[in-house]
Amino acid sequence: MIELKNLKKSFGENVVINDVSAVMETGKCNLIIGASGSGKTVLMKCIVGLFTPDSGEIVYDEQEFIRMTTEEKKAMRQKIGMLFQGSALFDSMTVEQNIFFPLDMFTNSTRAEKQKRVDEVLDRVKLKDAHKKFPAEISGGMKKRVGIARAIVLNPKYLFCDEPNSGLDPQTSLVIDKLIKEITEEYNITTVINTHDMNSVMEIGDKIIYMYKGDKEWEGSNKEIIFSKNEKLNSFIFASEFLQDAKDMRMLEMKGKIDNDRDMDDLLKNGL
Amino acid sequence: MTFFNHLGRFILMIRGMFSRPENFKMYWKELMHQCAELGIGSMGIIAIISVFIGAVSTVQTAYQLVSPLIPKSTIAQIVRDTIILEFAPTLSCIVLAGVVGSKIASELGNMRVSEQIDALEIMGINTKAYLVAPKILASLIMIPLLVIFAMVLGIWGGRFAGSAANILSGATFDRGLLSGFLAYNVFFALIKAYTFAFIISSVPAYYGYNVEGGALEIGRASTSAVVTSCIMILLADYVLAAILL
Repeated sequence: MIELKNLKKSFGENVVINDVSAVMETGKCNLIIGASGSGKTVLMKCIVGLFTPDSGEIVYDEQEFIRMTTEEKKAMRQKIGMLFQGSALFDSMTVEQNIFFPLDMFTNSTRAEKQKRVDEVLDRVKLKDAHKKFPAEISGGMKKRVGIARAIVLNPKYLFCDEPNSGLDPQTSLVIDKLIKEITEEYNITTVINTHDMNSVMEIGDKIIYMYKGDKEWEGSNKEIIFSKNEKLNSFIFASEFLQDAKDMRMLEMKGKIDNDRDMDDLLKNGL
Repeated sequence: MTFFNHLGRFILMIRGMFSRPENFKMYWKELMHQCAELGIGSMGIIAIISVFIGAVSTVQTAYQLVSPLIPKSTIAQIVRDTIILEFAPTLSCIVLAGVVGSKIASELGNMRVSEQIDALEIMGINTKAYLVAPKILASLIMIPLLVIFAMVLGIWGGRFAGSAANILSGATFDRGLLSGFLAYNVFFALIKAYTFAFIISSVPAYYGYNVEGGALEIGRASTSAVVTSCIMILLADYVLAAILL
Protein backbone atom coordinates (compact mmCIF):
# COMPACT_ATOMS: atom_id res chain seq x y z
CA MET A 1 0.00 0.00 0.00
CA ILE A 2 1.21 3.50 -0.81
CA GLU A 3 -0.16 6.46 1.07
CA LEU A 4 0.15 10.02 -0.20
CA LYS A 5 -0.35 12.67 2.44
CA ASN A 6 -0.85 16.33 1.50
CA LEU A 7 1.63 16.27 -1.38
CA LYS A 8 2.54 19.60 -2.89
CA LYS A 9 4.86 20.32 -5.79
CA SER A 10 5.53 23.59 -7.59
CA PHE A 11 7.89 24.63 -10.36
CA GLY A 12 8.60 28.28 -9.63
CA GLU A 13 5.24 30.03 -9.31
CA ASN A 14 3.42 27.20 -11.06
CA VAL A 15 1.68 24.90 -8.56
CA VAL A 16 1.51 21.48 -10.24
CA ILE A 17 0.41 19.28 -7.33
CA ASN A 18 -1.77 20.93 -4.74
CA ASP A 19 -2.29 19.13 -1.44
CA VAL A 20 -3.02 15.67 -2.83
CA SER A 21 -3.76 12.82 -0.43
CA ALA A 22 -4.64 9.33 -1.59
CA VAL A 23 -4.14 5.64 -0.85
CA MET A 24 -2.90 3.19 -3.49
CA GLU A 25 -4.11 -0.25 -2.55
CA THR A 26 -2.17 -3.51 -2.72
CA GLY A 27 -3.26 -6.10 -5.28
CA LYS A 28 -5.21 -3.52 -7.21
CA CYS A 29 -4.70 -1.35 -10.28
CA ASN A 30 -4.73 2.22 -9.00
CA LEU A 31 -5.23 4.63 -11.89
CA ILE A 32 -4.33 8.29 -11.94
CA ILE A 33 -6.29 9.95 -14.72
CA GLY A 34 -6.59 13.49 -15.95
CA ALA A 35 -6.14 15.74 -18.93
CA SER A 36 -2.69 16.72 -20.19
CA GLY A 37 -1.14 19.21 -17.77
CA SER A 38 -3.32 18.09 -14.85
CA GLY A 39 -0.27 17.00 -12.85
CA LYS A 40 -0.59 13.22 -13.07
CA THR A 41 2.90 12.61 -14.47
CA VAL A 42 4.46 14.94 -11.89
CA LEU A 43 2.48 13.14 -9.18
CA MET A 44 3.81 9.77 -10.34
CA LYS A 45 7.37 11.10 -10.58
CA CYS A 46 7.03 12.40 -7.02
CA ILE A 47 5.81 9.00 -5.81
CA VAL A 48 8.73 7.13 -7.40
CA GLY A 49 11.24 9.74 -6.24
CA LEU A 50 12.24 11.27 -9.57
CA PHE A 51 10.91 14.60 -8.23
CA THR A 52 11.07 15.70 -4.61
CA PRO A 53 7.76 17.15 -3.39
CA ASP A 54 7.81 20.56 -1.70
CA SER A 55 5.85 19.15 1.23
CA GLY A 56 3.80 16.13 2.25
CA GLU A 57 4.56 12.48 2.82
CA ILE A 58 4.81 9.35 0.67
CA VAL A 59 4.48 6.21 2.74
CA TYR A 60 5.35 2.82 1.25
CA ASP A 61 3.93 0.18 3.61
CA GLU A 62 4.58 2.31 6.69
CA GLN A 63 8.00 3.51 5.48
CA GLU A 64 8.20 7.24 4.82
CA PHE A 65 9.98 7.61 1.47
CA ILE A 66 10.95 11.29 1.22
CA ARG A 67 12.96 11.39 4.43
CA MET A 68 14.82 8.14 3.72
CA THR A 69 18.61 8.26 3.36
CA THR A 70 20.09 7.75 -0.12
CA GLU A 71 20.97 4.15 0.73
CA GLU A 72 17.46 3.46 2.09
CA LYS A 73 15.95 4.96 -1.05
CA LYS A 74 18.21 2.75 -3.17
CA ALA A 75 17.00 -0.31 -1.28
CA MET A 76 13.38 0.79 -1.61
CA ARG A 77 13.76 1.38 -5.34
CA GLN A 78 14.75 -2.23 -5.82
CA LYS A 79 11.19 -3.05 -4.75
CA ILE A 80 9.83 -0.74 -7.46
CA GLY A 81 9.30 -1.64 -11.10
CA MET A 82 8.33 0.93 -13.66
CA LEU A 83 6.99 0.80 -17.19
CA PHE A 84 7.72 4.06 -18.99
CA GLN A 85 5.62 5.78 -21.62
CA GLY A 86 8.23 5.15 -24.31
CA SER A 87 9.24 1.83 -22.69
CA ALA A 88 12.74 3.25 -21.96
CA LEU A 89 14.46 0.07 -23.10
CA PHE A 90 18.25 0.29 -23.39
CA ASP A 91 18.63 0.44 -27.14
CA SER A 92 22.19 -0.84 -27.22
CA MET A 93 21.02 -4.09 -25.60
CA THR A 94 18.88 -6.94 -26.91
CA VAL A 95 15.52 -7.75 -25.34
CA GLU A 96 17.15 -10.48 -23.29
CA GLN A 97 20.03 -8.24 -22.14
CA ASN A 98 17.52 -5.56 -21.10
CA ILE A 99 15.90 -8.03 -18.73
CA PHE A 100 19.22 -9.51 -17.60
CA PHE A 101 20.39 -6.04 -16.60
CA PRO A 102 18.55 -5.67 -13.24
CA LEU A 103 19.44 -9.28 -12.40
CA ASP A 104 23.12 -8.71 -13.17
CA MET A 105 23.15 -5.48 -11.17
CA PHE A 106 21.28 -6.57 -8.08
CA THR A 107 21.49 -10.35 -7.68
CA ASN A 108 24.26 -12.85 -7.13
CA SER A 109 22.43 -15.65 -8.92
CA THR A 110 24.25 -17.93 -11.32
CA ARG A 111 24.01 -17.39 -15.06
CA ALA A 112 21.67 -20.39 -15.39
CA GLU A 113 19.35 -19.08 -12.65
CA LYS A 114 19.23 -15.67 -14.28
CA GLN A 115 18.54 -17.19 -17.69
CA LYS A 116 15.70 -19.22 -16.17
CA ARG A 117 14.19 -16.08 -14.64
CA VAL A 118 14.54 -14.13 -17.90
CA ASP A 119 12.83 -16.93 -19.82
CA GLU A 120 10.08 -17.04 -17.17
CA VAL A 121 9.24 -13.35 -17.36
CA LEU A 122 9.45 -13.24 -21.15
CA ASP A 123 7.15 -16.22 -21.26
CA ARG A 124 4.85 -14.46 -18.76
CA VAL A 125 4.50 -11.44 -21.06
CA LYS A 126 4.04 -13.80 -24.03
CA LEU A 127 7.31 -12.96 -25.76
CA LYS A 128 9.04 -16.22 -26.51
CA ASP A 129 10.90 -15.49 -29.73
CA ALA A 130 12.23 -12.02 -29.16
CA HIS A 131 15.23 -12.77 -26.93
CA LYS A 132 17.91 -11.74 -29.40
CA LYS A 133 16.12 -8.82 -31.01
CA PHE A 134 17.02 -5.21 -30.38
CA PRO A 135 14.34 -2.72 -29.27
CA ALA A 136 14.48 -1.05 -32.70
CA GLU A 137 13.45 -4.37 -34.30
CA ILE A 138 10.24 -4.92 -32.32
CA SER A 139 6.79 -3.30 -32.35
CA GLY A 140 5.46 -0.77 -29.83
CA GLY A 141 3.30 -3.39 -28.11
CA MET A 142 6.25 -5.77 -27.83
CA LYS A 143 8.39 -2.97 -26.37
CA LYS A 144 5.75 -2.38 -23.71
CA ARG A 145 5.75 -6.09 -22.89
CA VAL A 146 9.54 -6.12 -22.63
CA GLY A 147 9.23 -3.04 -20.38
CA ILE A 148 6.77 -4.94 -18.17
CA ALA A 149 9.06 -8.00 -18.14
CA ARG A 150 12.02 -5.83 -17.05
CA ALA A 151 9.88 -4.12 -14.42
CA ILE A 152 8.77 -7.41 -12.82
CA VAL A 153 11.98 -9.43 -13.15
CA LEU A 154 13.11 -8.59 -9.60
CA ASN A 155 9.65 -9.39 -8.16
CA PRO A 156 8.76 -5.81 -7.21
CA LYS A 157 6.21 -4.92 -4.55
CA TYR A 158 5.18 -1.80 -6.43
CA LEU A 159 4.63 -1.41 -10.16
CA PHE A 160 4.29 1.98 -11.81
CA CYS A 161 3.08 2.36 -15.38
CA ASP A 162 3.27 5.73 -17.10
CA GLU A 163 0.81 5.86 -20.00
CA PRO A 164 1.15 2.13 -20.77
CA ASN A 165 -1.15 2.40 -23.80
CA SER A 166 0.23 5.50 -25.46
CA GLY A 167 0.91 4.91 -29.13
CA LEU A 168 -0.78 1.50 -29.16
CA ASP A 169 -3.81 0.37 -31.12
CA PRO A 170 -6.95 -0.45 -29.07
CA GLN A 171 -6.49 -4.22 -29.30
CA THR A 172 -2.87 -4.15 -28.19
CA SER A 173 -3.87 -1.72 -25.44
CA LEU A 174 -6.35 -4.28 -24.15
CA VAL A 175 -3.65 -6.94 -24.13
CA ILE A 176 -1.30 -4.68 -22.15
CA ASP A 177 -4.07 -3.70 -19.72
CA LYS A 178 -5.03 -7.32 -19.15
CA LEU A 179 -1.39 -8.27 -18.64
CA ILE A 180 -0.87 -5.52 -16.05
CA LYS A 181 -4.06 -6.54 -14.26
CA GLU A 182 -3.06 -10.23 -14.22
CA ILE A 183 0.44 -9.48 -12.95
CA THR A 184 -0.95 -7.18 -10.24
CA GLU A 185 -3.21 -9.90 -8.94
CA GLU A 186 -0.78 -12.77 -9.46
CA TYR A 187 2.10 -11.14 -7.54
CA ASN A 188 -0.19 -9.13 -5.21
CA ILE A 189 1.63 -5.90 -5.97
CA THR A 190 0.55 -2.29 -5.67
CA THR A 191 0.16 -1.04 -9.21
CA VAL A 192 -0.15 2.64 -10.04
CA ILE A 193 -1.07 3.51 -13.61
CA ASN A 194 -0.99 6.94 -15.11
CA THR A 195 -3.35 7.11 -18.07
CA HIS A 196 -5.95 9.03 -19.99
CA ASP A 197 -7.11 5.99 -21.92
CA MET A 198 -10.77 5.48 -21.02
CA ASN A 199 -10.66 1.84 -22.10
CA SER A 200 -8.07 1.21 -19.39
CA VAL A 201 -10.15 3.12 -16.88
CA MET A 202 -13.16 0.96 -17.53
CA GLU A 203 -11.33 -2.35 -17.84
CA ILE A 204 -8.80 -2.30 -15.04
CA GLY A 205 -9.55 0.73 -12.86
CA ASP A 206 -9.97 -0.90 -9.45
CA LYS A 207 -9.29 2.48 -7.98
CA ILE A 208 -9.28 5.76 -9.90
CA ILE A 209 -7.96 9.15 -8.91
CA TYR A 210 -8.97 12.00 -11.18
CA MET A 211 -6.57 14.94 -11.23
CA TYR A 212 -7.71 18.38 -12.34
CA LYS A 213 -5.24 21.29 -12.47
CA GLY A 214 -3.09 19.80 -9.70
CA ASP A 215 -5.96 18.90 -7.38
CA LYS A 216 -7.44 15.50 -6.66
CA GLU A 217 -10.90 16.18 -8.04
CA TRP A 218 -12.51 12.76 -7.70
CA GLU A 219 -11.76 9.28 -6.38
CA GLY A 220 -13.63 6.04 -6.96
CA SER A 221 -13.70 2.84 -8.99
CA ASN A 222 -14.54 1.94 -12.59
CA LYS A 223 -17.94 0.83 -11.36
CA GLU A 224 -18.61 4.29 -9.93
CA ILE A 225 -17.03 6.52 -12.53
CA ILE A 226 -19.80 6.38 -15.10
CA PHE A 227 -22.36 7.28 -12.45
CA SER A 228 -20.35 10.20 -11.18
CA LYS A 229 -22.08 13.54 -11.02
CA ASN A 230 -18.77 15.42 -11.00
CA GLU A 231 -19.02 17.79 -13.97
CA LYS A 232 -15.26 18.15 -14.49
CA LEU A 233 -14.83 14.40 -14.48
CA ASN A 234 -17.77 13.89 -16.84
CA SER A 235 -16.50 16.48 -19.28
CA PHE A 236 -13.12 14.69 -19.23
CA ILE A 237 -14.26 11.11 -19.66
CA PHE A 238 -17.18 11.72 -21.98
CA ALA A 239 -15.50 14.35 -24.10
CA SER A 240 -17.40 13.46 -27.30
CA GLU A 241 -20.98 12.60 -28.19
CA PHE A 242 -19.77 9.15 -29.14
CA LEU A 243 -18.39 8.57 -25.67
CA GLN A 244 -21.55 9.98 -24.12
CA ASP A 245 -23.50 7.41 -26.14
CA ALA A 246 -21.04 4.75 -25.04
CA LYS A 247 -21.66 5.77 -21.44
CA ASP A 248 -25.41 5.40 -21.93
CA MET A 249 -24.89 1.98 -23.53
CA ARG A 250 -22.57 0.92 -20.71
CA MET A 251 -25.16 1.95 -18.13
CA LEU A 252 -27.78 -0.04 -19.95
CA GLU A 253 -25.39 -3.04 -20.03
CA MET A 254 -24.72 -2.76 -16.33
CA LYS A 255 -28.40 -2.54 -15.57
CA GLY A 256 -28.88 -5.69 -17.67
CA LYS A 257 -31.16 -3.96 -20.14
CA ILE A 258 -28.94 -4.87 -23.10
CA ASP A 259 -26.45 -7.74 -23.61
CA ASN A 260 -22.74 -7.29 -23.22
CA ASP A 261 -21.44 -9.34 -26.14
CA ARG A 262 -17.74 -8.43 -25.96
CA ASP A 263 -15.67 -11.58 -25.85
CA MET A 264 -12.39 -10.53 -24.24
CA ASP A 265 -10.83 -14.00 -24.33
CA ASP A 266 -11.46 -14.34 -28.02
CA LEU A 267 -10.12 -10.85 -28.63
CA LEU A 268 -6.94 -11.54 -26.72
CA LYS A 269 -6.44 -14.90 -28.40
CA ASN A 270 -6.99 -13.81 -31.97
CA GLY A 271 -6.61 -10.07 -31.79
CA LEU A 272 -2.88 -9.79 -32.37
CA MET B 1 21.21 30.08 -17.33
CA THR B 2 24.18 31.87 -15.82
CA PHE B 3 27.76 30.63 -15.89
CA PHE B 4 27.73 30.08 -12.12
CA ASN B 5 24.51 28.08 -12.34
CA HIS B 6 26.13 25.78 -14.93
CA LEU B 7 29.30 25.56 -12.83
CA GLY B 8 27.32 24.66 -9.70
CA ARG B 9 25.38 21.94 -11.52
CA PHE B 10 28.59 20.65 -13.08
CA ILE B 11 30.25 20.39 -9.66
CA LEU B 12 27.17 18.63 -8.27
CA MET B 13 27.31 16.14 -11.13
CA ILE B 14 30.97 15.40 -10.46
CA ARG B 15 30.33 15.08 -6.72
CA GLY B 16 27.38 12.78 -7.40
CA MET B 17 29.67 10.30 -9.19
CA PHE B 18 31.40 9.32 -5.98
CA SER B 19 29.33 6.60 -4.39
CA ARG B 20 29.72 2.93 -3.67
CA PRO B 21 28.96 0.94 -6.84
CA GLU B 22 25.83 -1.21 -6.67
CA ASN B 23 27.76 -4.00 -8.37
CA PHE B 24 31.51 -3.57 -8.93
CA LYS B 25 31.59 -6.15 -11.73
CA MET B 26 28.98 -4.26 -13.76
CA TYR B 27 30.84 -0.97 -13.28
CA TRP B 28 34.10 -2.60 -14.37
CA LYS B 29 32.36 -4.01 -17.44
CA GLU B 30 31.02 -0.55 -18.29
CA LEU B 31 34.49 0.99 -17.80
CA MET B 32 36.06 -1.54 -20.17
CA HIS B 33 33.27 -0.95 -22.67
CA GLN B 34 33.92 2.80 -22.55
CA CYS B 35 37.69 2.29 -22.90
CA ALA B 36 37.04 0.33 -26.08
CA GLU B 37 34.44 2.77 -27.40
CA LEU B 38 36.29 6.00 -26.64
CA GLY B 39 39.88 4.83 -26.93
CA ILE B 40 40.14 2.05 -29.48
CA GLY B 41 37.35 3.63 -31.52
CA SER B 42 39.33 6.88 -31.90
CA MET B 43 42.64 5.29 -32.90
CA GLY B 44 41.96 5.45 -36.64
CA ILE B 45 41.27 9.16 -36.82
CA ILE B 46 44.17 9.96 -34.48
CA ALA B 47 46.53 7.86 -36.60
CA ILE B 48 45.53 9.61 -39.84
CA ILE B 49 45.74 13.09 -38.35
CA SER B 50 49.08 12.47 -36.62
CA VAL B 51 50.84 11.05 -39.65
CA PHE B 52 49.74 13.91 -41.87
CA ILE B 53 50.44 16.60 -39.30
CA GLY B 54 53.93 15.18 -38.81
CA ALA B 55 54.51 15.05 -42.57
CA VAL B 56 53.25 18.59 -43.14
CA SER B 57 55.35 19.87 -40.22
CA THR B 58 58.51 18.47 -41.80
CA VAL B 59 57.76 19.85 -45.25
CA GLN B 60 56.76 23.30 -43.98
CA THR B 61 59.65 23.59 -41.52
CA ALA B 62 62.08 22.69 -44.31
CA TYR B 63 60.43 25.31 -46.51
CA GLN B 64 61.06 28.01 -43.90
CA LEU B 65 64.61 26.97 -42.89
CA VAL B 66 66.40 28.09 -46.01
CA SER B 67 69.64 29.26 -44.39
CA PRO B 68 72.61 27.01 -45.25
CA LEU B 69 73.98 27.75 -41.76
CA ILE B 70 71.19 25.78 -40.08
CA PRO B 71 71.78 22.01 -40.17
CA LYS B 72 69.04 19.83 -41.65
CA SER B 73 68.76 17.89 -38.41
CA THR B 74 67.21 21.04 -36.87
CA ILE B 75 64.06 20.24 -38.88
CA ALA B 76 63.70 17.00 -36.92
CA GLN B 77 64.21 18.86 -33.62
CA ILE B 78 61.52 21.41 -34.49
CA VAL B 79 59.10 18.74 -35.71
CA ARG B 80 59.72 16.64 -32.57
CA ASP B 81 59.14 19.49 -30.13
CA THR B 82 56.16 20.89 -32.01
CA ILE B 83 54.51 17.50 -32.12
CA ILE B 84 55.27 16.60 -28.51
CA LEU B 85 54.40 19.99 -27.04
CA GLU B 86 51.46 21.05 -29.14
CA PHE B 87 50.22 18.95 -32.01
CA ALA B 88 49.91 15.57 -30.28
CA PRO B 89 48.18 16.74 -27.11
CA THR B 90 46.25 19.79 -28.28
CA LEU B 91 45.32 19.07 -31.87
CA SER B 92 44.48 15.43 -31.10
CA CYS B 93 42.33 16.50 -28.19
CA ILE B 94 40.53 19.15 -30.26
CA VAL B 95 39.68 16.39 -32.75
CA LEU B 96 38.73 14.04 -29.91
CA ALA B 97 36.48 16.75 -28.45
CA GLY B 98 34.51 16.47 -31.67
CA VAL B 99 34.60 12.69 -31.98
CA VAL B 100 34.32 11.62 -28.34
CA GLY B 101 32.54 14.70 -27.03
CA SER B 102 29.64 14.57 -29.47
CA LYS B 103 29.34 10.82 -28.89
CA ILE B 104 29.13 11.23 -25.11
CA ALA B 105 26.71 14.17 -25.27
CA SER B 106 24.38 12.55 -27.79
CA GLU B 107 24.46 9.14 -26.07
CA LEU B 108 23.58 10.58 -22.66
CA GLY B 109 21.15 13.08 -24.19
CA ASN B 110 19.31 10.30 -25.99
CA MET B 111 19.22 8.24 -22.80
CA ARG B 112 17.80 11.24 -20.91
CA VAL B 113 15.15 12.07 -23.50
CA SER B 114 14.04 8.45 -23.94
CA GLU B 115 13.78 8.06 -20.13
CA GLN B 116 16.51 5.41 -20.00
CA ILE B 117 18.29 7.43 -17.29
CA ASP B 118 15.03 7.62 -15.32
CA ALA B 119 14.64 3.85 -15.74
CA LEU B 120 18.09 3.32 -14.22
CA GLU B 121 17.31 5.74 -11.36
CA ILE B 122 14.08 3.87 -10.62
CA MET B 123 16.06 0.63 -10.38
CA GLY B 124 18.12 2.29 -7.64
CA ILE B 125 21.25 2.87 -9.71
CA ASN B 126 23.30 6.05 -9.25
CA THR B 127 23.28 7.12 -12.90
CA LYS B 128 26.03 9.68 -12.43
CA ALA B 129 28.28 6.95 -11.09
CA TYR B 130 27.22 4.31 -13.60
CA LEU B 131 26.95 6.41 -16.77
CA VAL B 132 29.18 9.45 -16.31
CA ALA B 133 32.07 8.21 -14.14
CA PRO B 134 33.14 5.33 -16.46
CA LYS B 135 33.22 7.75 -19.41
CA ILE B 136 35.46 10.20 -17.56
CA LEU B 137 37.66 7.45 -16.16
CA ALA B 138 37.94 5.76 -19.56
CA SER B 139 38.95 9.08 -21.12
CA LEU B 140 41.56 9.64 -18.42
CA ILE B 141 42.99 6.19 -19.17
CA MET B 142 42.76 6.18 -22.95
CA ILE B 143 43.33 9.77 -24.10
CA PRO B 144 46.88 10.08 -22.68
CA LEU B 145 47.65 6.77 -24.43
CA LEU B 146 46.20 8.17 -27.65
CA VAL B 147 48.35 11.27 -27.23
CA ILE B 148 51.49 9.11 -26.89
CA PHE B 149 50.32 7.16 -29.93
CA ALA B 150 49.88 10.49 -31.78
CA MET B 151 53.40 11.61 -30.78
CA VAL B 152 54.98 8.44 -32.15
CA LEU B 153 53.00 8.46 -35.38
CA GLY B 154 53.45 12.20 -35.87
CA ILE B 155 57.22 11.92 -35.62
CA TRP B 156 57.21 8.86 -37.85
CA GLY B 157 55.09 10.77 -40.38
CA GLY B 158 57.60 13.62 -40.30
CA ARG B 159 60.51 11.25 -40.80
CA PHE B 160 58.74 9.48 -43.64
CA ALA B 161 57.84 12.76 -45.39
CA GLY B 162 61.40 14.04 -44.96
CA SER B 163 62.81 10.99 -46.72
CA ALA B 164 60.07 10.77 -49.35
CA ALA B 165 60.47 14.42 -50.36
CA ASN B 166 64.28 14.22 -50.25
CA ILE B 167 64.38 16.94 -47.60
CA LEU B 168 66.56 15.01 -45.17
CA SER B 169 67.60 11.41 -44.79
CA GLY B 170 66.25 9.09 -42.13
CA ALA B 171 69.62 9.06 -40.39
CA THR B 172 69.76 12.88 -40.28
CA PHE B 173 66.22 13.00 -38.96
CA ASP B 174 67.09 10.46 -36.23
CA ARG B 175 70.16 12.48 -35.24
CA GLY B 176 68.06 15.62 -34.89
CA LEU B 177 65.41 13.69 -33.01
CA LEU B 178 67.87 12.66 -30.29
CA SER B 179 69.62 15.99 -30.07
CA GLY B 180 68.52 18.22 -27.17
CA PHE B 181 65.64 15.98 -26.18
CA LEU B 182 63.93 17.04 -22.95
CA ALA B 183 61.93 14.35 -21.15
CA TYR B 184 60.08 17.16 -19.33
CA ASN B 185 58.34 18.01 -22.63
CA VAL B 186 56.71 14.59 -22.67
CA PHE B 187 55.74 14.99 -19.01
CA PHE B 188 54.22 18.40 -19.84
CA ALA B 189 52.35 16.91 -22.80
CA LEU B 190 50.92 14.21 -20.57
CA ILE B 191 49.74 16.77 -18.02
CA LYS B 192 47.98 18.52 -20.88
CA ALA B 193 46.54 15.19 -22.07
CA TYR B 194 45.06 14.40 -18.63
CA THR B 195 43.60 17.91 -18.33
CA PHE B 196 42.09 17.77 -21.81
CA ALA B 197 40.81 14.23 -21.26
CA PHE B 198 38.83 15.45 -18.25
CA ILE B 199 37.43 18.37 -20.26
CA ILE B 200 36.59 16.22 -23.30
CA SER B 201 34.59 13.74 -21.22
CA SER B 202 33.08 15.75 -18.38
CA VAL B 203 31.80 18.78 -20.32
CA PRO B 204 29.86 16.73 -22.93
CA ALA B 205 28.64 14.41 -20.15
CA TYR B 206 27.25 17.46 -18.34
CA TYR B 207 25.51 18.73 -21.47
CA GLY B 208 24.14 15.31 -22.39
CA TYR B 209 23.05 14.35 -18.88
CA ASN B 210 21.04 17.56 -18.48
CA VAL B 211 19.29 17.64 -21.86
CA GLU B 212 15.64 18.64 -21.68
CA GLY B 213 13.36 18.24 -24.67
CA GLY B 214 13.76 16.10 -27.76
CA ALA B 215 15.94 15.35 -30.76
CA LEU B 216 16.58 19.03 -31.50
CA GLU B 217 17.88 19.64 -28.00
CA ILE B 218 20.16 16.58 -28.22
CA GLY B 219 21.72 18.09 -31.35
CA ARG B 220 22.07 21.47 -29.65
CA ALA B 221 23.59 19.91 -26.55
CA SER B 222 26.05 17.99 -28.68
CA THR B 223 27.12 21.14 -30.54
CA SER B 224 27.38 23.19 -27.34
CA ALA B 225 29.40 20.41 -25.72
CA VAL B 226 31.93 20.31 -28.55
CA VAL B 227 32.24 24.11 -28.81
CA THR B 228 32.61 24.55 -25.04
CA SER B 229 35.13 21.70 -24.83
CA CYS B 230 37.24 23.19 -27.64
CA ILE B 231 37.26 26.63 -26.02
CA MET B 232 38.15 25.14 -22.64
CA ILE B 233 40.94 23.05 -24.19
CA LEU B 234 42.47 26.13 -25.79
CA LEU B 235 42.14 28.10 -22.56
CA ALA B 236 43.66 25.27 -20.50
CA ASP B 237 46.41 24.91 -23.11
CA TYR B 238 47.44 28.53 -22.62
CA VAL B 239 47.15 28.41 -18.80
CA LEU B 240 49.24 25.21 -18.56
CA ALA B 241 51.88 26.58 -20.92
CA ALA B 242 52.08 29.82 -18.93
CA ILE B 243 52.39 27.98 -15.63
CA LEU B 244 54.55 24.98 -16.52
CA LEU B 245 56.89 26.15 -19.25
